[in-house]
Amino acid sequence: MNLTLKIWRQPDAASAGAMHTYQLADVSEDMSFLEMLDVLNEQLNDQGEEPIAFDSDCREGICGTCGLMINGEAHGPEVTTTCQLHMRSFSDGETITIEPWRSDAFPVIKDLVVDRSAFDRIIQQGGYISVNTGSAPEAHSVPVPKDDADRAFNVATCISCGACVAACPNGSASLFMGAKVTHLGLLPQGQPERDERVVNMVAQHDHEGFGGCTNIGACTAACPKEIPLDVISQLNKDLRTAIRNGH
Amino acid sequence: MDMPDTVTSTEASASGSLDGDYDDAAGYYTPGAPLVDAKAPSGPIAERWQNRKFEARLVNPANRRKLDIIIVGTGLAGASAAATLGEAGYNVKTFCYQDSPRRAHSIAAQGGINAAKNYKEDGDSVHRLFYDTVKGGDYRSRESNVYRLAEVSTNIIDQCVAQGVPFAREYGGLLDNRSFGGVQVSRTFYARGQTGQQLLIGAYQALERQVSAGTVSMYARHEMLELVVVDGKARGIIARDMVTGEIQTHLADVVVLASGGYGNVFYLSTNAMGSNVTAAWRAHRKGAYMANPCYTQIHPTCIPVTGSHQSKLTLMSESLRNDGRIWVPKNQADCDKDPRDIPEEDRDYYLERIYPSFGNLVPRDIASRAAKYQCDDGRGVGPEVDGTRRGVYLDFADAIERLGRQAVETKYGNLFDMYARITGEDPYQVPMRIYPAVHYVMGGLWVDYDLQSTIPGLFVTGEANFSDHGANRLGASALMQGLADGYFVLPHTIRDYLADGPFERISEDHPAVVEARESVTSRIEHFLTVNGERSVDSYHRELGNIMWEYCGMERTETGLKKAIDLIRGLKEDFYRNVKVLGSAETLNQSLEKAGRVADFFELGELMCIDALNRRESCGGHFRGESQTEDGEALRHDEEYAYVSAWEWAGEDSIPILHKEDLVYTAIEMKQRSYK
Ligand SMILES: Cc1cc2nc3c(=O)[nH]c(=O)nc-3n(C[C@H](O)[C@H](O)[C@H](O)COP(=O)(O)OP(=O)(O)OC[C@H]3O[C@@H](n4cnc5c(N)ncnc54)[C@H](O)[C@@H]3O)c2cc1C
Ligand code: SF4
Ligand code: FES
Repeated sequence: MNLTLKIWRQPDAASAGAMHTYQLADVSEDMSFLEMLDVLNEQLNDQGEEPIAFDSDCREGICGTCGLMINGEAHGPEVTTTCQLHMRSFSDGETITIEPWRSDAFPVIKDLVVDRSAFDRIIQQGGYISVNTGSAPEAHSVPVPKDDADRAFNVATCISCGACVAACPNGSASLFMGAKVTHLGLLPQGQPERDERVVNMVAQHDHEGFGGCTNIGACTAACPKEIPLDVISQLNKDLRTAIRNGH
Repeated sequence: MDMPDTVTSTEASASGSLDGDYDDAAGYYTPGAPLVDAKAPSGPIAERWQNRKFEARLVNPANRRKLDIIIVGTGLAGASAAATLGEAGYNVKTFCYQDSPRRAHSIAAQGGINAAKNYKEDGDSVHRLFYDTVKGGDYRSRESNVYRLAEVSTNIIDQCVAQGVPFAREYGGLLDNRSFGGVQVSRTFYARGQTGQQLLIGAYQALERQVSAGTVSMYARHEMLELVVVDGKARGIIARDMVTGEIQTHLADVVVLASGGYGNVFYLSTNAMGSNVTAAWRAHRKGAYMANPCYTQIHPTCIPVTGSHQSKLTLMSESLRNDGRIWVPKNQADCDKDPRDIPEEDRDYYLERIYPSFGNLVPRDIASRAAKYQCDDGRGVGPEVDGTRRGVYLDFADAIERLGRQAVETKYGNLFDMYARITGEDPYQVPMRIYPAVHYVMGGLWVDYDLQSTIPGLFVTGEANFSDHGANRLGASALMQGLADGYFVLPHTIRDYLADGPFERISEDHPAVVEARESVTSRIEHFLTVNGERSVDSYHRELGNIMWEYCGMERTETGLKKAIDLIRGLKEDFYRNVKVLGSAETLNQSLEKAGRVADFFELGELMCIDALNRRESCGGHFRGESQTEDGEALRHDEEYAYVSAWEWAGEDSIPILHKEDLVYTAIEMKQRSYK
């Protein structure tokens, strides 16, 4: 298939960016979206134009490195990551617009690459269970009901991609945070720090410039791992409990 | 060939009399002095690690914060070490090339992690895990290291559960296990098909906790481009800030490389796009020996290539082989038919036929080679790429009938979804198509029992070292090794080295530091000014083809020699004719790739030389010249029961080979048989 690509180009964080238009011919439907961009980049390199910078690493939908706004949708039209999107989801002659995540808390570094280090700083504020190496009890000493373990796993599959933030009109990271708070809150090991965790993570979230949640649900719709919206209710519940407990 | 008496076999090779006729690599290397592991422990195998831990000197808690540790890599091996050493109170700096430490490629591991918990009461034990791992490695690993790995495996599970890793559980709330390729006990712990992700998130969270506590400083989007060696000791690294392009010097008392595997030398592999050998290779050029570089694991269950645009290959966890049945059509004429229309009697379940006792669960190398033979024989399935169908069926129809769709979905749901997304086919309806792909490298930097390389003060952990898997790795053992090294081994062994520190401060204008920094800047400058005709990727793809063709599933003397010539020619052309646009002062992904590919050329050549030297088939290394009459791998313990440790001898010299003899006292060497 032949495509027209409108792609955001920005030399660095300090410079202004703009959309550029490229034509790409002979795209196979078996290509992944990023392989399509690889082919474009080879073409640009041959023509003496600097290739377009975009992030990716595993290309299997698990590392969370990739992430593009494709025709205005985070990760494009399917429920998956950008790297797992394939060209069979597009058709011949189509025009595709490609932009970076847009959020105040994710500044653009270059072209389609953004800085998501704010997510790491949120985790630093309590997205863990404090247990030093070597001090753990025998694994079977604390059984965990299967339903809790399964649900903890489901929400722990968040890949930290940032699509939820990019999709949210408020630029909120509540889904990302809710997933972590719910994961650890479902496990007996996560109880001792539960109150402190939610309070500190939310404080960091606000400090980073992410917006508040107004229950729009665009985050869940964009999430490649289908993290459910109710993790945000859990987040709010935990926050209320923590405040009530004097945190 | 059966080896009844192990001691004799190692003595035979200790005499070092390699029959001249068999040394295919003569002229490609210089023989060096034998290598001995000075830290090798002695005594009963089960007491060795306890003794070493006791003998390793302690560092006073008050001194720890005066000791600086650099850790390159935040995968399971790096993040676990950084967290643990941070908790102990050392001053740690860690580096990764991704934008967050949580994205290291350990995240992609699917199937599970082994541990000798024996929760199933099925006869598992530390000794059995040890035995299986040595046997799986085809008697080319070090027994003391492997025993220690098996020993600490149980602590890993305890630690991860305490961190909140949501392993799969049974209805009673206890942990579930499954059995994994090549073994007959259930000792693999898993978190659906995303075990690596969950383990890495656990280690990452422990790491971030230390960042918050101030003991660990994290440098994401920083790439190590050179090792700093002062007075024979590793004292730091030169790194490039990948966003600003700044070339930074980081000095320390000790450096740890946990930089992962180099499978991307094959261009197409299941590794991440950025996986590289640069950190390890730069250390190699500074004096760290590279061990068994040719030992590559080719994984049998990957999604086949669709065309030349292919940028990477995707693994389907081999846990799928527990329930899926592998087959090809008996008749070439059926290869392009809808598989559902091929009747039972026209299908060849070739693994079940050739290996009746292990069937679809034979080790990875056997399964991979068998698939290659079927396809070479014209019975492959799927699209034709370059004239051959490279794929075999992995069929779940029986499993779905036996267990029900629900059960299959619970076990493998995310893998099936991934397959459907990539291929556009529904594996609940149509059998999957799979083909082998490069997946893991057993080779890596040589380390002693303490995980220290031949450069004092340089430690190497995880996939980047060579020590535990011999010539082949068992499924679910790399995650175990990464976490064993990082949580439980390195923190003990490194203290013995650090007990002599803090070492004399060195300044940034020390000649060795200046030299390292200049070599980095001049390389960058070179790439940006060649202004040739071809992209970095085009060279990488061509190198990968050479490696896959001649140093892949089957290797021969003629093929390897040809590969070496081709690599040398291509490398020369690369330096003269590569085209890297953009500047050094911003994010520049072509520039990053150029540096990595440059190192892959040198590594690729060494892999071929190593493969050439080893005229035997062992584990993942299959030499066409060394097989039994019915085509099985044939090991030669008298000649080759050694570790090949290669020393860099300079840009214009051939490498030096040091041999470390493998001595087995706790286990008897046996020729593998899975029939
Ligand atoms: C698809 C897949 C599935 C797998 N499944 C399993 C499984 O089920 N069970 C199992 O046991 N094993 C499995 N393995 C193998 C296992 O995942 C790896 O061997 C293991 O995770 C490697 O861990 P590591 O910490 O050594 O390296 P990695 O996790 O690869 O980490 C390497 C780190 O080094 C950093 N780095 C590298 N080079 C540089 C540089 N130059 N400068 C700065 N930083 C650098 C990277 O940023 C990264 O942080 C699988 C592997 C793959 C590819
Ligand atoms: S919640 Fe979903 S969209 Fe948000 S970071 Fe996690 S995986 Fe990405
Ligand atoms: S590149 Fe890893 S999730 Fe897309």
